[in-house]
Amino acid sequence: MADMKLKKEDFEVVGKDLKSSEEIIRKSLTYWQDAWMRLKANRVALFALIIIIIMLGMAVFAPMMTEYSYDQQMYDRISQTPNSENWFGTDELGRDLFARVWQGARTSLFVAFVATIINVSIGVIYGGISGYFGGKTDIVMMRIIEIIYSIPRLLWVILLLVVMKPGIKPIIIAIAITGWGGMARVVRGQVLQLKQMEFVLAAKTLGADTTRILLKHLIPNTMGPIIINLTFQVPTAVFTEAFLSYLGLGIPAPAASWGSLAQSGTKMILLYPHMLLFPAAMISIFMLAFNLLGDGLRDALDPRLRA
Amino acid sequence: MNETLISVRNLKKYFNVRGGKTLKAVDDISFDIHKGETLGLVGESGCGKSTAGRTIVRLYEATGGDIIYKDMNINNLNKKQLKDYTRHAQMIFQDPYASLNPRMTVTDIVGEGIDIHNLYKGMERQKRIYEILELVGLSREHANRFPHEFSGGQRQRIGVARALAIEPDFIVADEPISALDVSIQAQVVNLLKDLQDELNLTYLFIAHDLSMVKHLSDRVAVMYLGSIMELTESKELYDNPLHPYTKALMSAVPIPDPDVSRAKQRIILKGDVPSPIDVPAGCKFQGRCPLVEDICRVEKPELRQVIPGHEVACHMVKKP
Amino acid sequence: MSENKNEKIDEVKNITESSDVLLDVKNLQVSFDTYGGEVKAVRGVSFTLDRGETLAVVGESGCGKSVTAQSIMQLIPMPPGKIKSGEVWLDGRDLLKYSDKEMEKVRGKEISMIFQDPMTSLNPTMKVGKQIMEALIKHQNMSKSQAKEKAVEMLKLVGLPNPERRVEQYAHEYSGGMRQRAMIAIALSCNPKLLIADEPTTALDVTIQAQIMELMADLQKKLDTAIILITHDLGVVADVAKKIAVMYAGVIIEYGTYRDIFYNPKHPYTWGLLLSVPRLDVNKDLRLIPIEGTPPDLISPPKGCPFASRCEHAMKICKEKMPEEIKVDSVESEDHFARCWLYNDLAPSVNNPVTERRARLNE
Repeated sequence: MADMKLKKEDFEVVGKDLKSSEEIIRKSLTYWQDAWMRLKANRVALFALIIIIIMLGMAVFAPMMTEYSYDQQMYDRISQTPNSENWFGTDELGRDLFARVWQGARTSLFVAFVATIINVSIGVIYGGISGYFGGKTDIVMMRIIEIIYSIPRLLWVILLLVVMKPGIKPIIIAIAITGWGGMARVVRGQVLQLKQMEFVLAAKTLGADTTRILLKHLIPNTMGPIIINLTFQVPTAVFTEAFLSYLGLGIPAPAASWGSLAQSGTKMILLYPHMLLFPAAMISIFMLAFNLLGDGLRDALDPRLRA
Repeated sequence: MNETLISVRNLKKYFNVRGGKTLKAVDDISFDIHKGETLGLVGESGCGKSTAGRTIVRLYEATGGDIIYKDMNINNLNKKQLKDYTRHAQMIFQDPYASLNPRMTVTDIVGEGIDIHNLYKGMERQKRIYEILELVGLSREHANRFPHEFSGGQRQRIGVARALAIEPDFIVADEPISALDVSIQAQVVNLLKDLQDELNLTYLFIAHDLSMVKHLSDRVAVMYLGSIMELTESKELYDNPLHPYTKALMSAVPIPDPDVSRAKQRIILKGDVPSPIDVPAGCKFQGRCPLVEDICRVEKPELRQVIPGHEVACHMVKKP
Repeated sequence: MSENKNEKIDEVKNITESSDVLLDVKNLQVSFDTYGGEVKAVRGVSFTLDRGETLAVVGESGCGKSVTAQSIMQLIPMPPGKIKSGEVWLDGRDLLKYSDKEMEKVRGKEISMIFQDPMTSLNPTMKVGKQIMEALIKHQNMSKSQAKEKAVEMLKLVGLPNPERRVEQYAHEYSGGMRQRAMIAIALSCNPKLLIADEPTTALDVTIQAQIMELMADLQKKLDTAIILITHDLGVVADVAKKIAVMYAGVIIEYGTYRDIFYNPKHPYTWGLLLSVPRLDVNKDLRLIPIEGTPPDLISPPKGCPFASRCEHAMKICKEKMPEEIKVDSVESEDHFARCWLYNDLAPSVNNPVTERRARLNE
C-alpha cells in the first residue's frame, strides 16, 4: 500500500502536539447565545417575536401617531366604519377607535406585565425556598398554595372590589394572587431536582451558604423553565384582564382596555362589527404570538435537546 | 507517615425511607486515615462507601459516631467552625457532567472557594486561578469557557482544580474516574498522585474498581452493605485476601491479558447485593457467602486484627 | 477489510464466495447535523463477522462504536443523523437499502441488541414475561401459551431463579443484574443470528459483570449466535472476544485476533489503551502511562491521522495524510491490520512498548 510519491522527509518524527489536542475548536457559546441561535432557526417563533415587538411598539407610539386622543368625543362622527380619517372607525360616542385600541393596549399590557413580574418574583422566591429546604417547610408551603388556588380568581376580584375602587389595581392584585402559584411549583420542582446535583453538593463542600447556593447555583439553572413559564403567563394575564373587563369588573370608562373595548363593541355587534373586531383581533393575535414564542423558547431552552 | 489525620469512630448514617423503615447506609464503621496516605474504600454500588465519604466532609449529618479531624470532633461544630473545616476537607465528585454548574465559567467554578473564603481578590484571584488550572494541566485559554465545551477528562480536572483552589490537606475522591474513559482515567489518577506528592495531600479514594484502588492506595478498606469487611495494606490485600467477599471481588476483576484471564478460576458469587433496608441479623454477607455456617446467621462478626496490620470481619477466618 | 476500493461486489458473488461470513460492513459513514455543524461520527468503517464469532469493538466514548452498531440496526435517529454511504450485508442482503417496515422483520428476529442501561431498556409498565412473549408472537407466530412457555424457558436459560414467578413481575422488581439477564433473554428469544451488545456490563458492579460475561460466553456456546461486543474496557473482552477492532475518532485503527491485539498490538493508540490500565495481578508498582490529551472534535476531524496530536511517534506525514489500512504481522497468521504510517517502509522503526513491558514483567 506504500505510496511511491512519499519521501523520506515525510517520515521525520515530530512527536506529540498536546496543545492542539486540548484546543477547543467549537466556538464558545454561552447558554443564552446557544438558545438564541436555536430560537432564530425557528421561523414561527421568530415571527411571533417580531409581532410582539411591533405590538409593544404600537402601544407606546401609536397614540402619538394620530391627532385624536382616546377620550375625545366627535359628535359628528358617531359609529363610523373604518376610513382614511379614523383608521379603525369610531365608536358609538364618536371616539377614534385606533386611538382607543392602542390606549387599551397600554392598559392591558401594563396590567399583564406588572402582574407577571409580581408573579415571577413571588413564585421564584417562594418555590426556591420551598424546594431547597424541603421536608416539613415544603409540605406547609405547598399546602398554602393549594388553599389560595381553591378560591376562584373571579371570587378574588369580587372580594377585592368590596374594599377597593374598580380599576387597574384590583385586577393586578387578583391576577398576582392567583398566578404566582404555578411559577412557584415550576421552580420548586426544578430546585428539588437540582439540589441533588453534584455541583450543588460541591458548592456546599466549599462552604457556600444558602443564599449563595440559591442565587448562584439553583436559580440560574432554573432560568429556562422560568422564562418559558413567564411567556405563558403574560397572555394568560392579558386574557384575564379582558375577561374581567368584559364582565364589567374591570377598567371603568372613559379609560380603555382591550377587554372593555370588546365589551362595548359587543353591544353593537350586529350594526357595527368593527367595534368588536379590532380589540378582539388584538387580544387573539397577541395571545397567539406569545404562545408560539413560548413554544419556540421551550425548544430553544430545553437542556435535553442540547447537543 | 503514621500520624493520624482523620479518625472515624463507630460512624453511622441512617436514612428514613418510606414505610417507616430505616436504610442503614453506613452501619458502624471505624478507621483511621494517616497524614499523607491514600486510603482506598471499595465496594459495590449501595454498599455505603459514597455516603461514608459525604458524611466525612459533612454533606450529611452523621446519625451516630465521631469523626475526629486533628483534634476537632467535626460532628459538633458551630457554623463558623464548620466553614473553616471545609477549607481543610474537600471533595472530588463522580460525574464530570453533573458536578460543574453549566451556567458558570471555569474561572467562576474554580474561583468559588476563593470567593467564599475570601482568600484572594481581583488580579490576585485571577492569577491564582490560572496557577491552579496549569497545575491540573489546563491552560488559561480555558478559563472563560463553559463546562459543556470540555471533554469528560478535562471536566474532571476542573473539578480537581476547584477542590484544590482553597488549599485543603484532605480530599475525599468519590469515584473520580469511574465515569471516564480508560485512557483518561490514567491521566486523572496520575494527576492525583502527582498532586499528592507535590502538595502533601491525604486522600480517601472511593471506588468500585479494585485494580485502580490497589494502584493508588496505601491501604484499602472493603465495604459491604454498610460495614467494613476487611482493612489492610493494599499489597497485603491482594497477596493475602482473607474475607470470602474480598476474594470473590478480586476474582471478578477483569484482567487485560487473555492467557492469564482465560486460565483463571473465577469465584462467581450467586445473586445480587441485598437491599440495605432489611439487613439480616448476623453477618451481612451470609446470603452470598460460600463458607457460611450457623454462627454467621446469628452473630455479627466484628472487625478484628488477624495478622498485624490486617483486620477482617469474618467468623471463618482463624488466626494463623 | 481492504475491500474499500472495490465496493461494488454484487450480491451473488458475496454469498458464494464466503458462506461463513454473516455480516459484512463496508465503508460505513455516518454523520449528525448539529447547530455547530456536521459531526462525522463514523468515517468509513469496514469489517466482517463470521457466523458464531465474537467481535469486540473497543474504543472511547465518542469514537463511533455505538453509532456503528446502531447503523447496522438502523436505529440512528434521522434527522439529525444520516448514513452518508456504506453497505451493511447480512447474509447477502444490504440492510441499508431496507425500508423501516422491512427492518422491523430483521430487528429482534435476525439481529438483536442489548444496551448499557437495563433499567431504561425494559418497559416499566409491562410484565417482563410479556416483553419476551411480544417478540415471539410477532416473529415466530407462536400462540400465547406457547410464547409464555418459551418465556419461562428463556428466563431459566439466562439463569434467573424462579422463572415461573419472574415472568409475572415488572422490571422494577428485578435487580440490576437480573434486568440485564432479562434483556438478554428478550434479545435471544427468537434465536437471532447476531447479537449486538452495547456496553452490556458498564452499568453493573464487578461481581455482577463477571456473572453476565460468563453467561454470555456460555450462551454463545449453546446457541451459536455471533456477537458484536461494544465496550470501552479492553479487560472485559479478554475472555470472550475472538477478533477485536479498536476504534478511534470514527475509524477502525487496528483490527486483529485477540492475541494480536493483546500480545502484538501495532497501533500506538492500542499501546496506549493497554499501558494506561493498572493490573490487579501485577505487583510491580508501575506508573500508569496515560494517553495524554483529548480525542479530536469530529466536527472538524484532522486531515491526517486523528491520533497524531497525542502520539509520541507522530511524523510529519501523520499530520498530512490519513494512513491506509496496512497488513502487519500476526501471531496467529490471520488478518491483522493497522492504520498507521509507522509500518510504511520509509518510517523509522519503533520498539513495541507492550511487548517490551511483557518481557519485563516475565523476568
